[in-house]
Amino acid sequence: MSSALDVLTILSVSTGAFFFLAGTVGLLRFPDALSRLHALTKADNLGLGLVVLGLLFQAEGFPVALKLVGVWLLALLAGATVTQLIAHIARMRGSTM
Amino acid sequence: MAFDIGLVTLVLGVAAWTIGARETFAAVVGFVAYGLLLALVWVRLAAPDVAMTEAALGSGLTGGLLLGASTRLARTDGPAAIEKPSAIMRLAAAVLCTLVSAGLAALVLLMLEPAPTLAPRAMANIAATGLSNPVTAVLMAYRAIDTLLETVVLLLALVGVWSLARDRVWGGLPGPYHRADPHGLLTFTAQILVPIGILIGIYIFWVGSVAPGGEFQGATVLAAMWIIASMAGLVDAPPVTRRWLRLALIAGPALFFAIGLAGFAIAGGFLAYPESHAKLLILMIEVPVTLSIATTLALLVAGPPERAPAR
Amino acid sequence: MLRSSERCTAMTDFLLAAAGFVLATVALGLVRILRGPDDADRIMAAQLLGTGGIAAMLLLAQAMSAPAAVDVALILALLAAFVTVAFVKRVDRSEMDGA
Repeated sequence: MSSALDVLTILSVSTGAFFFLAGTVGLLRFPDALSRLHALTKADNLGLGLVVLGLLFQAEGFPVALKLVGVWLLALLAGATVTQLIAHIARMRGSTM
Repeated sequence: MAFDIGLVTLVLGVAAWTIGARETFAAVVGFVAYGLLLALVWVRLAAPDVAMTEAALGSGLTGGLLLGASTRLARTDGPAAIEKPSAIMRLAAAVLCTLVSAGLAALVLLMLEPAPTLAPRAMANIAATGLSNPVTAVLMAYRAIDTLLETVVLLLALVGVWSLARDRVWGGLPGPYHRADPHGLLTFTAQILVPIGILIGIYIFWVGSVAPGGEFQGATVLAAMWIIASMAGLVDAPPVTRRWLRLALIAGPALFFAIGLAGFAIAGGFLAYPESHAKLLILMIEVPVTLSIATTLALLVAGPPERAPAR
Repeated sequence: MLRSSERCTAMTDFLLAAAGFVLATVALGLVRILRGPDDADRIMAAQLLGTGGIAAMLLLAQAMSAPAAVDVALILALLAAFVTVAFVKRVDRSEMDGA
């Protein structure tokens, strides 16, 4: 049973790490600030979610699992709101780039 | 092991970039990134309390302070970029830095094995303090006087910052005016983040007695949340002459000192606690200290008074 | 008994390797971001560390059996958001006040 959980963890965390890589590739390759921001937020947050999912399978006890999900939700919330601010700046600056 | 090497390389790389950055703003971004990575290093060294303090205070709040400083220095960015120190100055700086690095390296490499430590003795006596986090026990019981002096030092720093106000705004409102847009992005961000942040700040402070955490980390989170709310224009700093503000600032250190003096009467020494009431006394100290530190840190980042108080 | 401890070390090694991989992507991203000619690019550095750093921190928490690191990740998330707000406010003061 626990080896099945381990396999799930390895799968989720690996996929999450892959999404982090995808986000960074987007960062490196996209032409302007707004699309880079897009790659950064979407891919990285999805990667974080998958990593948290993988770690949930390893978590001992419900409170720990709840806290992990809480961290992910906080990162998601903070990222979603704060990225709008960065996008505003990028849009303002983009008109002069 | 490979992970540690990679992490250290990354930290050193960011540090080198920060030192070489041309603009102040870029340097501050680099500094914050460096600090957040340093939190990972501390976790790797099995010091989560220090990691929390580094992430919150060393990189987050200090980043806010440096940003404020860089804003005020913006006028000097141009002339400062043109200035170049002479070759002798740079040689002297290089020699000094090399000496300090060599000294630190020698200390680390020639360290005694096993390293001298008081940790076992600290853990052995921890039951008397009523806490289970040894770091908090050291901060609030074994070396409480250091913590008391730290709070006083923070207050003195705030007095120093306030003394930079110009004469005509003396005693006024700290920081610039932030207009609130009820439908704006910043308002939305603040309305979402600040309540959650306050809860987390209180949690981090509360959990400090049994797990890594404590009053400095919790207070920093609370201060950061207040600053977000003030940058969104949702709250404004009160004039620095307000009595309740000054009471909030000194409540922590004053109570700390009072309980310390009471220690003479009830337990035979300054800042000594009677064993049966140790935890209660520590709690009585921690709550006002957290509030005071949060207020002090928030006001430090807000800066010296820049607006005259409304009469 | 030997197999279960082998498995535990294997999982720890994997998690540590995953944390190292995530950090490597953060490093690559930082190289691009910090170089970015515009201030808007540099502000993203805090956001990048806010997600990548948290992922590495959570993986470390499990790999090192240090549940306190999850609390550090909480603080990381909040303070990364705080510095981003401060950066944004610094870069575009007048425009932000009217946003």
